[in-house]
Amino acid sequence: MPRPGKSIRPWLVLLFSLLTLTVIDLSYGSVSIPPGEVLRALAGGQTTDPVWRDIVLDFRLAKALTCILAGAALGAAGLQMQTLFRNPLAGPDVLGLTSGASLAVSLLLLKSNRLADLPGPWSVAVVASVGCTAVFLVVLLFARRLRDPASLLIVGLMIGALASSIVSVLQFGSRSDDLQIFLIWTFGNVSSLNWPEIGVLTWILFAGLALALSLSKPLNAWVLGDNYAQSLGIRLQRSRVLVILSASLLTGGVTAFCGPIAFVGLAVPHLTRLLISTSDHRIMLPNVALGGAILVLLCDILSQLPPGPEILPVNAITALFGAPVVIWVVIRSKMIRL
Amino acid sequence: MSSPVLSTIRLSAGYRTRKGDNVLFRDLNLSLYPGELICLMGPNGSGKSTLIRTLAGLQKPLSGTINRQAGLQHQSGNSIPFSVSVVLTDRISSANLTVAELIAFGRYPYVDWRLRMTEEDRAIVEASLRDLNLEPLRDRKIYELSDGQMQMAMIARALAQDTRLMLLDEPTAHLDLNNRVEIMALLKEIAYKSRKAILVATHELDLALQSTDRIWLTGHNKDVIVGVPEDLVLNGAFDDIFRFKGFDLKSGKVQHKAYRDTVVSVHGDGPLYLWTRNALERNGYVVATESAHIDVFAVSESTWRIRRGEQEQVVSSVGEMLQVLQSFGESSRKIV
Repeated sequence: MPRPGKSIRPWLVLLFSLLTLTVIDLSYGSVSIPPGEVLRALAGGQTTDPVWRDIVLDFRLAKALTCILAGAALGAAGLQMQTLFRNPLAGPDVLGLTSGASLAVSLLLLKSNRLADLPGPWSVAVVASVGCTAVFLVVLLFARRLRDPASLLIVGLMIGALASSIVSVLQFGSRSDDLQIFLIWTFGNVSSLNWPEIGVLTWILFAGLALALSLSKPLNAWVLGDNYAQSLGIRLQRSRVLVILSASLLTGGVTAFCGPIAFVGLAVPHLTRLLISTSDHRIMLPNVALGGAILVLLCDILSQLPPGPEILPVNAITALFGAPVVIWVVIRSKMIRL
Repeated sequence: MSSPVLSTIRLSAGYRTRKGDNVLFRDLNLSLYPGELICLMGPNGSGKSTLIRTLAGLQKPLSGTINRQAGLQHQSGNSIPFSVSVVLTDRISSANLTVAELIAFGRYPYVDWRLRMTEEDRAIVEASLRDLNLEPLRDRKIYELSDGQMQMAMIARALAQDTRLMLLDEPTAHLDLNNRVEIMALLKEIAYKSRKAILVATHELDLALQSTDRIWLTGHNKDVIVGVPEDLVLNGAFDDIFRFKGFDLKSGKVQHKAYRDTVVSVHGDGPLYLWTRNALERNGYVVATESAHIDVFAVSESTWRIRRGEQEQVVSSVGEMLQVLQSFGESSRKIV
């Protein structure tokens, strides 16, 4: 039974941090805009400099929303995978899901011959999710034979490497026109999404999160392991398929539009657990989504720190948080709680 | 007798492998009745866990049928969670749960996907906490518990599932004597009070012999021998299955080889006599009841008189008695 006093307060802290970071993210960039002006622009009012309003609403808001959506989706996907595999090092990128999505998308992009034929956002998202699902199923097949966390990790890494290498081979064998289309996608990061794409990503996030929340019962029971879950009446096979669907949808959606974002799915559940000490997924899922959004926003703010017009891709920054978390988890692996 | 909580008809259990079936049990016809505590016994590797898993519905039987008495609240679909609860050897102590949260898992078969518990569900969780004396630990995280407390919490979780049948796989492994005795006593009480049938897989003979109503003993021929503990002792079934080395089950003692040829006669009664005799046998003396070369009189907990011929010595502990006897041996060797 959750104790309200203990679960609501961290939730408020996370929400407050998210809102603060959003404002900071919007005000920060090649042109600095005072936070008060940012709020005014968001409220629909006129800013001191009319250009600021356009910058905030037309450029930075899309990027900030993308960060929030991507972080939330990856965090929720990571938590579900860690619970399903009962492995603290599981995550969408670690187990090769993002590579699967990349492979699926590159197959789709290299098939469309001209720039004008570029597939719409929905088809990219669906194809990416299918790629995730395929990899997920393969990893799960191995996971049932390998009980050892380290071996599972190695299998995931290898599948990821395999998919990446196929992507490289495809690039090598394709004509320059095709390559150009493909490169447009691979350069994609959180700052290049248009509004229809953000719309699709929002739908995907809500569908994936809703599905995950509806799976709270099996996810919670899995903390006790397959045997106990089964003895409590959880339909393992069906629940597994639905968890795979949710995690693949969330990861696929993000990877389709933002490219592979590493470490967020792995690190966010652990960072959130530092704040909220529970195994109840009804509490953990929303909080992990908030935590993921915060982490990616933070990465985005950091990526703008280098002076000059260039912006580092977020993907480069996430490892900055992710890698220490992985090391910390490995060192404390005797103390890991899901 | 009331109707059985569980009965099997020509049940075969084991593993399906690619090379064919690995049958561990064949054609079992077993029954469990309300209110009884039964120990499933057998040496390591005899398939106790497989049988428990099969009876619990966690793995499919190779053939045959298992009839389980349905739980009261079961309406439709899978009836097993309402009729069987389990305590397995799976370690879950890394989960971030409090004792109360762990026990609440027992109510999962009864709650909807939103995990809303009714007043009745909460009351049952509370009762389980109380029955296993876990109230002081209710908000403790399970990774802070000792092995014994953890096992109690797992039993409370199974109890909260409110099933007629409870299956436990090695619940007393890795526990100290006190915890083992306590757990078996609690299980016996639960079986009797709430009219449950409880099956405990264990290889701890001493514990089983003293607490169980009947014993299921895994046999050599993929069968299960059923009997009252004393019968299985006296008809040699235990000796046959366990193949004891130096342990005499009928006397309940380890057999000692008398490696000294000194005959000692022990006089006394009650536990004093038994433990004095134990000390002598353990140290390789031949113990006789008639008068011998050396006589030991166990007078009280602080007085032992040792007589050899004309000599008599009084000591105040078994340890000192052994030292005196030792010195006798050395002096007699010197004479030779």
